[in-house]
Amino acid sequence: MSTATATAATPSSPRTPTKAAATDRAKAENRLGLKLVAPAVILMLVVTAWPMLRALYLSTFRYRLTTPDDREFQGISNYTTILTDRLFWQDTLNTVIIMVVTVAVELVIGFAFAMVMHRIVFARGAVRTSILIPYGIITVVSAFAWQFTFSINNGWVNSWFGWLPWIGPNTNWFGDHWPAMFAIMVSEIWKTTPFMSLLLLAGLSQVSEDMIEAAKVDGATWWQRLWKVILPNMRAAIMVAVLFRALDAFRIFDNIYVMTKGAQGTESSSFLTYRQVIEQFQLGMGSALSVLLFLTVLLIAYLITKFFRVDLAQARGEG
Amino acid sequence: MNRARNALGTGVGFVLILVWCLLPVAWIISLSFKSADETSVGSPQFLPKNPTLQNYRDILDNPDFIDALRNSFGIALIATFLSVIFATLAAYAIARLDFRGKRAVLSLALAIAMFPVVSLVGPLFDMWRTFHLFNTWPGLIIPYMSFTLPLAIWTLSAFFREIPWEMEQAAQVDGATSWQAFRKVIVPLAAPGVFTAAILTFFFAWNEFVLAISLTSTTSSRTVPAQMSFFVGPDPFNPPYGQLATASVVVTVPIIIIVLLFQRKIVAGLTSGAVKG
Repeated sequence: MSTATATAATPSSPRTPTKAAATDRAKAENRLGLKLVAPAVILMLVVTAWPMLRALYLSTFRYRLTTPDDREFQGISNYTTILTDRLFWQDTLNTVIIMVVTVAVELVIGFAFAMVMHRIVFARGAVRTSILIPYGIITVVSAFAWQFTFSINNGWVNSWFGWLPWIGPNTNWFGDHWPAMFAIMVSEIWKTTPFMSLLLLAGLSQVSEDMIEAAKVDGATWWQRLWKVILPNMRAAIMVAVLFRALDAFRIFDNIYVMTKGAQGTESSSFLTYRQVIEQFQLGMGSALSVLLFLTVLLIAYLITKFFRVDLAQARGEG
Repeated sequence: MNRARNALGTGVGFVLILVWCLLPVAWIISLSFKSADETSVGSPQFLPKNPTLQNYRDILDNPDFIDALRNSFGIALIATFLSVIFATLAAYAIARLDFRGKRAVLSLALAIAMFPVVSLVGPLFDMWRTFHLFNTWPGLIIPYMSFTLPLAIWTLSAFFREIPWEMEQAAQVDGATSWQAFRKVIVPLAAPGVFTAAILTFFFAWNEFVLAISLTSTTSSRTVPAQMSFFVGPDPFNPPYGQLATASVVVTVPIIIIVLLFQRKIVAGLTSGAVKG
């Protein structure tokens, strides 16, 4: 990581002017830079910051699209309603469970895959191609594939894994909370592990081989080399992978929508928000949920960066 | 001894990766050849008993699916094209120029990459109805652009930093006009990066689901993932497995082709964008 940061952090700017001629050219460069980034920045703000502010405003109203004239200012009562509702906490708990479990499993599988991809000398292209297929596949398609895999009439899980004591030919995976959550998480893990493993592979390839070799000469076991040399040197890459995947997993929606539609208490925070707005037209309440969701994501991002103690901008070479 | 064990471990890992990644794909392909008769009575075996092409005939005759396919291609391609243009401008500035607010732009992009898309559904739904963008192509293209810009900007600025820009001046010293220098020297160097950003952007737009079901209401703008989720067939308790699997295979084909052709570029783009920055 450190080598890449060093090269990336020194952007070659052959045109950087000398002090004497600085002011005019620097000003022109500054103006050009702002002009070039303006379209992208405006577009990003129009679709995120502006609607988010509008959500903040709407969240203080009782506002149902079916009865728009009945709109009434309510202060924070939407928030108190939500925060005292059991369903909200149940859904938040589901989302957190899905996030923690999928990210933890993906970290392990993804690291194993990254190790294999790093070591492998033959068929590199074949491995990378096949690992990119789950990455590229539509999440809805992944959800259908796994729903049919776990299907009671048409799935192969029950017949292939019938030898396990808790699986029989009539195991209904979508009939109960935990099995349904399990199926959802399998689909999520299958689809997103490739992304994780590619990020980890990039981190792995930046760990110096000399260091590993030195540890080997000093008599470190494979396990010690992994925990004392390889992993600490990949901290930034691991953090980036965990951060991206955790926040992505926290948004889980597609898999749940296709596989259970929130039945058996498998609803996620995103699904709850969607249901309030699109199915029940509760724009006021839905906006309050949106704001809470946004704040939760900020909190998670903050906690993860604190936990890894890596400055994200620095990790990305933007010192 | 140790080396042999390592090689064995890598070999086993290789097989595991292939099985893990390809088994579900093989499963939907197999399912797409099972007839409706076979799936309605229950068909837990992996391979079809009597392979049939009927599902493919049905799905390609289904006007809703064809519409959705057209919408998906149109929306994804336009969003990709515009997003990459905007991102190229921004990334050029970030990689090459000194200006105030560079960090702010990157932080904004980072924040948007992690933004919970669902929290925009409500306000966007409301705004798009006011602006008559609800259930239109632009209504999806605009948000897709803003959500793909962060990834495109990172990937591109990482690529642009590696370009030896001095070559542009070198070409000019050798007598090339600035247009020639740009076209013959810089464009070929920048093209792979731009192309990679385009692939990643296309994947996002092709995959997006939340906005696609929330901001559309008819087949005139509904994309494939949205259309598939509404496609339950006549009997809600017995979904048309075969046809859904067939639709899945059809929309996965473009992905597989892109992956087969550009595997190297995609890996480079994903890792440079997220780790090296």
